[in-house]
Amino acid sequence: MKKNIFLTVVFLIFPLVMQASDNLFYVSFASRVMIYALAATSLNLVLGYGGMISFGHAAFVGTGAYVASICVAEGVKSAWLGWPAAVAAAALAALVIGAVSLRTRGVYFIMITLAFAQMAFYLVSSMKAYGGDEGLTLPSRASDLGNEVVFYYVVLFLLSASLLLLHRLANSRFGRAIVAIRENETRAEAVGLPVFRYQLACFVIGGAVAGLAGALLANHGKYVNPNVLHWSQSGELMIMVILGGVGRLWGGAIGAAVLLGLEHLIADYPIAWLERLAPNYQDHASLGVGLVLLAIVLFAPQGLAGLADRKTRGGNSAAA
Amino acid sequence: MVATDGVSLEIAQGEVHALIGPNGAGKTTLIAQITGSLPPDSGSIFFVEKEITRASLHERVRIGLARSYQITSIFRRFSVLDNVALAVQARSGSSFSFWRPVADETELFKEAFTILQDVNLESSQHVLAGNLSHGDQRALEVGLALATRPRLVLLDEPMAGMGPEESRGMIALIERIRSRVTVLLVEHDMDAVFRLADRISVLVGGRLLASGRPQEIRANDEVRRAYLGDEIAA
Repeated sequence: MKKNIFLTVVFLIFPLVMQASDNLFYVSFASRVMIYALAATSLNLVLGYGGMISFGHAAFVGTGAYVASICVAEGVKSAWLGWPAAVAAAALAALVIGAVSLRTRGVYFIMITLAFAQMAFYLVSSMKAYGGDEGLTLPSRASDLGNEVVFYYVVLFLLSASLLLLHRLANSRFGRAIVAIRENETRAEAVGLPVFRYQLACFVIGGAVAGLAGALLANHGKYVNPNVLHWSQSGELMIMVILGGVGRLWGGAIGAAVLLGLEHLIADYPIAWLERLAPNYQDHASLGVGLVLLAIVLFAPQGLAGLADRKTRGGNSAAA
Repeated sequence: MVATDGVSLEIAQGEVHALIGPNGAGKTTLIAQITGSLPPDSGSIFFVEKEITRASLHERVRIGLARSYQITSIFRRFSVLDNVALAVQARSGSSFSFWRPVADETELFKEAFTILQDVNLESSQHVLAGNLSHGDQRALEVGLALATRPRLVLLDEPMAGMGPEESRGMIALIERIRSRVTVLLVEHDMDAVFRLADRISVLVGGRLLASGRPQEIRANDEVRRAYLGDEIAA
């Protein structure tokens, strides 16, 4: 409890301290991390809790990002309109994609979600009216959220609310049902759960939250391009979830923070001896990330959140 | 390939009806057709005067047709109590509740606990289901089926892989529940079958060879030639 209060205070005063010390860049960076934390958390609901290995989650982030951007570009400046529209559009996309994809299982599900996301990628790449593959630059953020500190608090609030939602959801009837389906689908159906409906509902909730993350992402950078829907983005979100902890409340957030933090460190803080050895190693930051991921998978299969859990419980590994 | 061919099986309310037959007789296919995991090519299935031929598995469970599996199928990483609580939850109203913690629903766990008492697992309620002994897992399997409050429960080889002691426990369990629920029992253990069944149907080569009371089946020459052989001649 003490730890939680401490963390809350840190998150609340962080932007003020940074502003006072003229380090606004870090406020912006923290917002970006939290936006990815939100996106990864939404994937964790689908992948970790629901057991649906979706390899097309970037499609929903992208839908949200594009709808929010198009709203601003078309003169709808209010975030109260643009962001809900982004969430609704992403939820609708998840409903359609999920309704088709969830009729398949295993590798086919992975492939079909990937295929849908790639279709969405090529679709926005060809939207000449909104920048095509050049992307779309926004004149400003929605609702005049130009102030980095204000934007930070908005993102912090939305991430916290989403984590609270996930926490409540995981312990609700619905949460028990989707975890049971993940554990044993046949048995879940045989005790009377309409498996398809629950999975689809879970997929849509995940897609909707991803859409919100997309809206925030586009507003944060005041720019969106088709790469936000690229399959490698889906992969990156997956890596965040695996890194942080599959099916764990904080998994997505921790994974996003560690991955983006690591990328930032590798890119911005050159290590002298490594540079002599491999002059352009910083262009290949993903190699370092890959090594870390490898270590996690081998030594902490429950992710970093699982590792922290194990420590606090004195060596007992926590079951589902 | 024809696995079940023109089978006409009628199960009366309140009875324990055993379905026996050699391996490959089509028992598993027939069960899959009755419970809804395999749609039949022709013919129809009625349950309490309602046609359910095309109903999905979970719809059939809703109207009171539950099953246990030959190969144990439980939620291995859930506690024993959570296993049954989930089945109770699936039956009692909608699970589209996103906010209220399940842990607050004392009724749900109370009911789950009475079912654990039925299957003699109340002392293991907090054990992870995957850590139970084989016999206890088989009992939990039956408990999951009972938790849906079925009118007909289909037990697919409940004694599979059990030692004599565990088998006795399972027979006692079925004796305890038979007054409340109709049972369709698929089983190779002839001792259990003849002890429990009110009526027995014999499936051979996808066809129903005979159907009747245990004495009639025992006395049926065709059945003896095709399946029972010397097993019960003594």
